[in-house]
Amino acid sequence: MAATKTRVPAVEGWFTTDAGAPALLGSRCRSCGTYAFPRETFFCRNPRCEGTEFDDVPLSRRGRVWSYTDARYTPPAPYVAADPYVPFCIAAVELAEEKMVVMGQMVPEVTVDDLAVGTEVELVVDVLYEDDDHQYLVWKWRPVTVGSGGSGA
Amino acid sequence: MPDDRAVAVLGVGMHPWGKWGRNFVEYGLAAARHALADAGLSWTDVQFVSGADTIRNGYPGFISGATFAQALGWSGARVSSAYAACASGATAIAAARAQILAGLCDVALVVGADTTPKGFFAPVGGERRDDPDWLRFHLLGATNPTYFALYARRRMELFGATEDDFAAVKVKNARAGAANPNARYRQEVSAEEVLASPMVADPLRLLEICATSDGGAALVLSSTDFARRHGRGDTAVSIPAVSTVTPRFPQTVIEMPNFATDSAVAAAAAGAVDGPAFRRSIAFAAYEEAGIGPEDVDVAEVYDLSSALELDWYEDVGLCKEGEAERLLRDGDTALGGRIPVNPSGGLSSFGEAIPAQAIAQVCELVWQLRGQAAGRQVEGARVGVTANQGLFGHGSSVVVTR
Repeated sequence: MAATKTRVPAVEGWFTTDAGAPALLGSRCRSCGTYAFPRETFFCRNPRCEGTEFDDVPLSRRGRVWSYTDARYTPPAPYVAADPYVPFCIAAVELAEEKMVVMGQMVPEVTVDDLAVGTEVELVVDVLYEDDDHQYLVWKWRPVTVGSGGSGA
Repeated sequence: MPDDRAVAVLGVGMHPWGKWGRNFVEYGLAAARHALADAGLSWTDVQFVSGADTIRNGYPGFISGATFAQALGWSGARVSSAYAACASGATAIAAARAQILAGLCDVALVVGADTTPKGFFAPVGGERRDDPDWLRFHLLGATNPTYFALYARRRMELFGATEDDFAAVKVKNARAGAANPNARYRQEVSAEEVLASPMVADPLRLLEICATSDGGAALVLSSTDFARRHGRGDTAVSIPAVSTVTPRFPQTVIEMPNFATDSAVAAAAAGAVDGPAFRRSIAFAAYEEAGIGPEDVDVAEVYDLSSALELDWYEDVGLCKEGEAERLLRDGDTALGGRIPVNPSGGLSSFGEAIPAQAIAQVCELVWQLRGQAAGRQVEGARVGVTANQGLFGHGSSVVVTR
């Protein structure tokens, strides 16, 4: 069933879905080099910069957990929860190169017991929710040592 | 303290916090009438009414200043309405204070009130794909407790905070709140009860996360000259400072409702704005304006959206150094009877959050404390108090109260 559904991003222009190497899509100011995620398109966050032109740039696919938690109860709409609801983890991850902290759900099999501040994670694209015809995709974080044959821990 | 920046607090009033689902105007009106009676003034003496807005009650909430003015009876008073999420109350106080200090009015009424839905706060309705507050629920399932829990977990890993510490904050605040007639929850709880309550967002449990409440709070503010003419020159509590700061670039701590922080790399390339981290800058801007320091503070009301977050505030308002909040708590310094009691009102832990009223309610509590009218929860001899609070999207809120 799932294989016949069309896979579409749950939000346009926030991440790439390249097989094997998906990445968050940020912006970089052409005037001062400031990164932003989600992409800024008409202002630069740097208060000393009036730049108005930005390049879309893929951000680091890896980073380290700044902090983490889980969601034991079903979040309210507009979250589209599975029925029955399955709790998930959320991590705030400091990106390796850009030194910005980006939130994301962890992949489903991860629990808080698998995480610590400093855990290295990488970005994957996974299903956020689905309807009869589509799977809606979002970025998630996956520990580098889980499901990737890593030798950590 | 520079007296030319102070305004007098002639009256304070609240409608008790609870969960009734009635029209928010009713709560605000009750609070306003209490504050006017406390001030010994009539509504028609008020020249400026400053409303703290609520986005959850439709158009009347967005124009709360005029809504409350109409409920009190059109008097021709000038009006302002301010929205700054949880910091709305402080923004409304700042607007009233500025009018008074500019000499544009002598007497101002500040009012905030809310009616809240049950359960998790959800974003305003509709499909709003350019609103980060809508998107964080849709794309992440990130509720407000998600963010509180991120801070709590980081505190555990960086500073050795324990679940017992977080529970102890709840126990402390519940004990204080039990003595407060305006609090919604007026029962003491044990650490065992806290730790047996359901986990909501690991490591935070149900009893450690502030509820959403109905309630209303109001202040009558005046010029110090008016207070003297009104016979309250010597006894009135005054507000010498209000901080409504925004963050400085780069903002490197993840904040509701954002998906990401600023980039610290860009700061090096582009030049950061000097100054403390956002949450620390909030109270310190108020201290600077008041010409005092944290060592002068006798009592504090801080925004304990979670039990763990109260510990962050101990450090951010300067009651101790970073990493020392657990020691302050364990030593009993922040409990009633301690060296520097925090949240003698019972805090959000005992009130739940009525968003536009909450920052005003913090000031009400400090005024009662400084007047010696906080029966059952009195901080003896308190002369300087500080509030701290933070609103979604980058709104700092801190008020210094002195007598």
